[in-house]
Amino acid sequence: MRTPHPELSPNLRTRRRRVLPGFGLTLGTTLLFLSLIVLLPLSAAFIRTAGLSWEEFWGHVSSPRVVASYRLTFGAALAAAAANAFFGVIVAWVLVRYEFPGRKIVDALVDLPFALPTAVAGIALTALYAPTGWIGGLLEPLGIKVAYTPLGIWVALTFIGLPFVVRTVQPVLEELEPELEEAAATLGATRTQTLRRVVLPALLPATCTGFTLALARGIGEYGSVVFISGNMPLRTEITPLLIVTKLEQYDYAGATALAVVMLVVSFALLFGVQLLQRWFFSPERHGR
Amino acid sequence: MSIEVRHAWKRFGTFTALAGVNLSVPSGRLTALLGPSGSGKTTLLRIIAGLESPDATSDPDSGKVLFHGEDVSNVPAGRRGVGFVFQHYALFRHLTVFENIAFGLSVRPRRDRPTTRQIADRVNELLDLIQLSGLGGRYPDQLSGGQRQRVALARALAVQPRVLLLDEPFGALDARVRKDLRRWLRTLHERLHVTTVFVTHDQEEALELADEVVVMNQARVEQVGPPQEVYDRPASPFVIEFLGNVNRLERGRTAAKSVLYVRPHDIDIRREFAGEHAVPARVLHVFSAGNYGRVSLSRGDTGDTIEAEVPRQQLRELNLRDGDRVNLVFRHVRLFPAEGFREEDLPSEPSASRDAGSGI
Repeated sequence: MRTPHPELSPNLRTRRRRVLPGFGLTLGTTLLFLSLIVLLPLSAAFIRTAGLSWEEFWGHVSSPRVVASYRLTFGAALAAAAANAFFGVIVAWVLVRYEFPGRKIVDALVDLPFALPTAVAGIALTALYAPTGWIGGLLEPLGIKVAYTPLGIWVALTFIGLPFVVRTVQPVLEELEPELEEAAATLGATRTQTLRRVVLPALLPATCTGFTLALARGIGEYGSVVFISGNMPLRTEITPLLIVTKLEQYDYAGATALAVVMLVVSFALLFGVQLLQRWFFSPERHGR
Repeated sequence: MSIEVRHAWKRFGTFTALAGVNLSVPSGRLTALLGPSGSGKTTLLRIIAGLESPDATSDPDSGKVLFHGEDVSNVPAGRRGVGFVFQHYALFRHLTVFENIAFGLSVRPRRDRPTTRQIADRVNELLDLIQLSGLGGRYPDQLSGGQRQRVALARALAVQPRVLLLDEPFGALDARVRKDLRRWLRTLHERLHVTTVFVTHDQEEALELADEVVVMNQARVEQVGPPQEVYDRPASPFVIEFLGNVNRLERGRTAAKSVLYVRPHDIDIRREFAGEHAVPARVLHVFSAGNYGRVSLSRGDTGDTIEAEVPRQQLRELNLRDGDRVNLVFRHVRLFPAEGFREEDLPSEPSASRDAGSGI
């Protein structure tokens, strides 16, 4: 029997030497960490629901009150993330492109929603937007109600999600060479054309990432929303609140059933956005 | 399309980039703005393009930019009819090569805009010109540096500019590609005859490529002229030091301090006694590549290092070894004494020598 030449043995051929050692170590750590922190608690939810029969599960997750909460939760989160994508780009633009007194303060202000306990944000926003509050009082005569309506939930989620788009777009904008805009200008493009055809496309991937992060944050938000929404069943009740309510009634199976639905929908949504993004920004988009 | 810049001043904070610079570029020529970094050459190019505006001074004529006699000082960059090529290409990364080149045509107002078909024809024509036909669907990230620079050039040419401006066009490329691209740009210019101004800090590039060289130093123009003239008749110590290799020798004995310059190829190496004006020196190192040999020497009296270039044939006859003692005869020297510039041709035969070299 002939032994294969060592260089031709498939085992040696496929193994590529890496310059940095530790692929096995870092991947192992990553998997362990993710399992302990993310995967294990989440699979517990699935295992919990496995105790329910399919009919019971479906009954829990498809009652009109629950379906209304889905619509509100995902709808408000999407609307808030969209608003943040738009205004976040403008805030990032102002912070990067212009020097003005107090710029550092504004820059620091952007991170505040990250640091503030969400309940504090919720209470503060409620106080402002309630019919008796400063802003709510001004809007009341116009027939616009913010607090205790879906609009209020949107306000809270926008507040919570603001830093994401700003912080993802800011570094990209800082890196964007001014030569690109100068090149467009010498080629005869107007300011608007330069913005629309050169600057914004360059910012789009970062904006999408920020949008996704804000969306994820909005879907899971609980603390600030419960104060401003008023929590009226079928109208201003979000799914995370329903889960907490069920838990308080010791309905663990029902709570986990809802949790599973949120989990699956959130994951599908985030994964979908990522796929879309990958397809949209891939160099092969034009079919080569 | 001739270009004229009148008395342009530009300061950035405390740094003066241009101190009253006048520039006149003849139509259809290839002109190089040559100078070390910080000499103001890029600022001058950006002022011509309209990307930078010169500082206002009390003189109303100051900082005026004229294209073919027409004042374009207040015309924005996009309507000056300039094509600008940036050092780092500044290609739009989210657009294909085709879309990049078409950009200038596609942003025109609807009534001036060529049809999609016409744009495609023009882009394909330019892709042929830059020898990248077939790569129109690629993205800039998928191209090499030299290819990107050619795309940038095609993008600038697509709008049929009256003036082509290039800022260190080969600065970011490696030596080999740079040389090829330089030659290619020269042929391209012969074909198109667009008035072209390019900025470079590489003297070889400027001398080899340009019809006319503008040497800049410390916010001022030092000398303007055809490459041969600028090289042969440098107007100042700066120009002679900046263009090509030169030996700088201080003239010690005379009271009026002056500086003497000798190009390496203007030095003769003699084994025998070569007259009393000859300079004794010691050979440090000999290296020959191609037709010429380079010899490093140490001056006998001061120990200064002198570089000499002698034909290979002569080098063989001399049979120099490290440490040999020789005599140097300067065939052509340039003196920059306090009172002004003087140039002298020295006879190579000791018997006919004048005294110009003495006291060196």
